[in-house]
Amino acid sequence: MSKRKLDIFTKGFFKENPTFVLLLGMCPTLATTTSAINGLSMGLATLFVLVLSNIVISAIAPVVPDKVHIPVYIVVIATFVTILQFAMQAYTPDMYKTLGLFIPLIVVNCIVLGRAEAFASKNGIVDSALDGLGIGFGFTMALTALGMVREILGSGSIFGWKFISGDGLLVFIMAPGAFIALGYLMVLFNKIAKKN
Amino acid sequence: MAAKSNLLNMALCLTLVCLVCSALLGGMYALTAEPIAKTNADILRASVNAVLPEGGELSEAVPVEVGGQASEYYVSKSADGTPAAYAVKSTTAGFGGPLTVMVGLTPDGKIYNTSVLSHSETPGLGAKCTEDDHFISQFNGFDPSQKILSVKKDGGDVDAITASTITSRAYSLAVKNAVEAFKTIKGE
Amino acid sequence: MEYFLIIISAIFVNNVMLAQFLGTCPFLGVSNKLSTATGMSGAVVFVITFATLVTYLINKYLLVPFGLTFLQTIAFILVIATLVQMVEIVLKKISPSLYQALGIFLPLITTNCAVLGVALSVVTKEFTFGGGAAHMLNLGESVVYAFATAVGYGMALILFAGLREHLELNDVPKQFRGIPIALITCGILAMAFMGFSGLV
Repeated sequence: MSKRKLDIFTKGFFKENPTFVLLLGMCPTLATTTSAINGLSMGLATLFVLVLSNIVISAIAPVVPDKVHIPVYIVVIATFVTILQFAMQAYTPDMYKTLGLFIPLIVVNCIVLGRAEAFASKNGIVDSALDGLGIGFGFTMALTALGMVREILGSGSIFGWKFISGDGLLVFIMAPGAFIALGYLMVLFNKIAKKN
Repeated sequence: MAAKSNLLNMALCLTLVCLVCSALLGGMYALTAEPIAKTNADILRASVNAVLPEGGELSEAVPVEVGGQASEYYVSKSADGTPAAYAVKSTTAGFGGPLTVMVGLTPDGKIYNTSVLSHSETPGLGAKCTEDDHFISQFNGFDPSQKILSVKKDGGDVDAITASTITSRAYSLAVKNAVEAFKTIKGE
Repeated sequence: MEYFLIIISAIFVNNVMLAQFLGTCPFLGVSNKLSTATGMSGAVVFVITFATLVTYLINKYLLVPFGLTFLQTIAFILVIATLVQMVEIVLKKISPSLYQALGIFLPLITTNCAVLGVALSVVTKEFTFGGGAAHMLNLGESVVYAFATAVGYGMALILFAGLREHLELNDVPKQFRGIPIALITCGILAMAFMGFSGLV
């Protein structure tokens, strides 16, 4: 893999991390990270839509008239989201129930439309796929990390394996804990990013 | 980069994209409709089986009114065709939204077992109604003709989940409604 | 009575932003000044109420009768995008002053997931209010629910903007400045709103 391609792939991990640096897609980040596994699943669901929509959009972008490009992109994204929705309903019904409304809401996740607009519409298919994968991984990592922190503090378990008996600090699996945990994680991320 | 916009190619492009996408979705829908229906049926069947004694032939869903709402129940028949147990689906208002409980009853009117089908209770508090053994197991063998189906705070015989009285109340009410519905099913 | 419960529930108990996390991106984006927050709130109330009315009708009289519910997501987002554009055009012609106040926020609203979230919720989820029976909302209830939800969003936004304006004047540790401290403040605000839970 050439240096440039590697850069496209890895920039989403750290330098342009969608959650911590670009501050995009906050709704699913806060809402679905009540446990590490939920965060991971939501991240992977977004990754799936991101990669496929990036590929298709980079392929059709040259022939789409400029004035209607946003509606066309939204339709493409919504199609993949609905496909994902059906697949999850059929094969992972429990996860679908947990993530609920936030699966269809991937359509309005600014990360997906943002990458389509900023990257896929201007680059080739391979680069766009790599970009989608990289940003998707960055998003998944952030969601899993936040889910892990909230699960450890909130229910005293990690990936469902419980290491204390009884309850944790319940506030962390409720709404306020999501904001607070993300705030502190962001501080930590800034601190590390500053050092490098 | 992008093609020039005029009315013709804009309309053409949008129509084409929408057509292709709808066709794709229609296909996907047709493809997954059966697995989705099967998965949902499996989940329902598993939840019915979980609240009934093992064995027995399960009937199709029968519509019934539970607590003033349209709901359904299932009958498990033993080998000679007599009803061995009933499972009644019952929905009440919990703390965070609807709470749906499947209630299994034996023909003598005692509760065999209960389980939560869906809920939107607070994680770590009300959501314990799906896993708190002490809370759930107190309904097993509960005899509604001897004991009262409401939480102790309200003068009943149900031990509420700590710090989740509203959820416990909703759960008890769901079971109570199911018992009432069971009486009409039996024709009492 | 039912409508009253819906309004209290949607504004305070299940606040769309502080309890359901819908519309967080614009929430963090436009809440640093009270005046922009007020403008955004107005635009959101307008669009959510209107969009829910239209998508509810489309779902009931177009998608459901023809068995096309699998197009729900696609149809709703297109309707919302079109609606936002139309509102923008109409507003520009009819009331330039209102357009001045709301105009710049309108394009942002298409990707506010609160709009699509509310529109999808009212046609797919069962609701309970005040211990009443669980049921799907009818047209009147849906519109009232959408309106109240949007008011709740606007209220959270304005409250939060007020807090953030004061935050600016404080000596915050360097790494916490900007979004991190805003998120933590938001967490505390959400905690305050938890006091309303169980009210209806």
